[in-house]
Amino acid sequence: MHTRTLAQLAGDLRARRVSATELARHFLARIERCDETLNAFITVTAEQALAQAAAADRRLAKGEATLLTGIPLAHKDIFCTAGVKTSCGSRMLENFVAPYDATVVERLQNAGAVMLGKTNMDEFAMGSSNETSFYGPVRNPWNHALVPGGSSGGSAAAVAARLAPAATGTDTGGSIRQPAALSGITGIKPTYGRVSRYGMIAFASSLDQAGVLTQSAEDAALLLEAMAGFDERDSTSLDEPVPRYSQIVGEPWDDITIGVPESFFDQGLDADNAKALRAALAELEKLGAKLKSIELPNIHLSVPAYYVVAPAEASSNLSRFDGVRFGHRAELATGEDLTTFYMRNRGEGFGAEVKRRILTGTYVLSAGYFDAYYLQAQKVRKLISDDFTRAFREVDFVAGPTTPSPAFGLGQKTSDPIEMYLNDIYTIGANLAGLPAMSMPCGFVRDLPVGLQLVAPPLAEAQLLKVGHHFQQATDWHQRVPAS
Amino acid sequence: MLRPEDIHRLCRLARLEITSAEVADVAAKLSSIVGLVDQLQAVATTDVTPMAHPLDRSQRLRSDTVTEVDQHELYQRNAPLVERDLYLVPKVIE
Repeated sequence: MHTRTLAQLAGDLRARRVSATELARHFLARIERCDETLNAFITVTAEQALAQAAAADRRLAKGEATLLTGIPLAHKDIFCTAGVKTSCGSRMLENFVAPYDATVVERLQNAGAVMLGKTNMDEFAMGSSNETSFYGPVRNPWNHALVPGGSSGGSAAAVAARLAPAATGTDTGGSIRQPAALSGITGIKPTYGRVSRYGMIAFASSLDQAGVLTQSAEDAALLLEAMAGFDERDSTSLDEPVPRYSQIVGEPWDDITIGVPESFFDQGLDADNAKALRAALAELEKLGAKLKSIELPNIHLSVPAYYVVAPAEASSNLSRFDGVRFGHRAELATGEDLTTFYMRNRGEGFGAEVKRRILTGTYVLSAGYFDAYYLQAQKVRKLISDDFTRAFREVDFVAGPTTPSPAFGLGQKTSDPIEMYLNDIYTIGANLAGLPAMSMPCGFVRDLPVGLQLVAPPLAEAQLLKVGHHFQQATDWHQRVPAS
Repeated sequence: MLRPEDIHRLCRLARLEITSAEVADVAAKLSSIVGLVDQLQAVATTDVTPMAHPLDRSQRLRSDTVTEVDQHELYQRNAPLVERDLYLVPKVIE
């Protein structure tokens, strides 16, 4: 039952081959059995799940089922869930119970979904391996000595191990696509503003975007259709109609041209990954796509530009965590002042990587440095964005690797932040330019999954999902499941 | 290379306490991050308009009406210390 896709499960539920309650129990039992090892969940909401499933069964019995009625899902612990602990992977929010639902959570619930729990993640989404979580690292279901990627590592591992049929995630520099690639599943980051950020704990507001981690592009279409769309509570929400992604994915595809930046295949990329990616591109060509070499002349500057813009925005966003209205509060000795109070609350509440990003952001925004760093990074961001605009005059998609290598070992990159940051070298460009991008499994290297990334022009999610679906009709990489 | 006194100044600005044992490691790692982002200095950007945001649209405005309702009891459930509906902090005025 757990290897069935969302589309299949929705069909099973409507035909009453399985009840929502049976489905919820099945996945809760899998979590119970496997998650002690994987650590993909921070909170399991069994009671709520069974209550929501019972409600779904009543609607199904009355023939009132909507898009996702009775479908179990997991939410990244960055989304506020009313009455349920929302920790963002941090000690700072260890006792935080969200007073309201994020728009993403609310919409999926309204569409009938059943929440299984909240997934583990890098602290405040700052990380590429899920090792910065206060709640411990997540293990890669394909090899427990390896990381699942991050920051949506819990969501990726949960879907890869089929502890949940699908999960939500967020992506600021690759946090959906990178773990999707390293865990062997499909992940899409929509256009900036496509999905509401209301109730999604902010990291870098001009880059953050919510999306999904699923078994297939077809499932991603189904879920995204329920999540996306205008929300007046998010001031940067796009007021554009949401296409029927779930129908469009199955339509025949038009003449498409896929741009391949040759610089993506230089010495930075694992040779075996390169081989798998070339084979996947050849498969797309066989399916009718035209391939064209392109150049993105400034893309190599995306990591340095990102590590100015993202920490600057983070240092500002995370200033709200002061230990007064919510969050961690430290013990204070008599006579210590208010500044010490703030410093200690934050010093104890945040982990090492979050502190590094806050300090980096503080540095680049401090007096005398603003023009040299922040303003310059925004100009480079423009150059990178213009490169994509120029490329999309000639091609419909930009394809390449999602990550430089397959999953790496736990602890292998934690001592050198730069080495960790370079893991996002292929994914960050889409965030800086605000473009939709998707990773899907396209092969295996040393028994580990490899992801192919496709980037599209603004609001072209439907086309992206369609290419993904057609590729997945012709290949079976996305159906491979780790042992156990 | 950032010095320990730079780290102390940044920590003060960011209201972030780090232990004296952590200072050297933070200084080294922050210096390597600054080294990474210093690559931007060599890029010619004289006539480039800075991109603050991925959406080339003007900010949407809402009407100037009160939409929030009073939910302080709900919100204060997450507060570490509350008395008579007030958030408590250490005494700062003698």
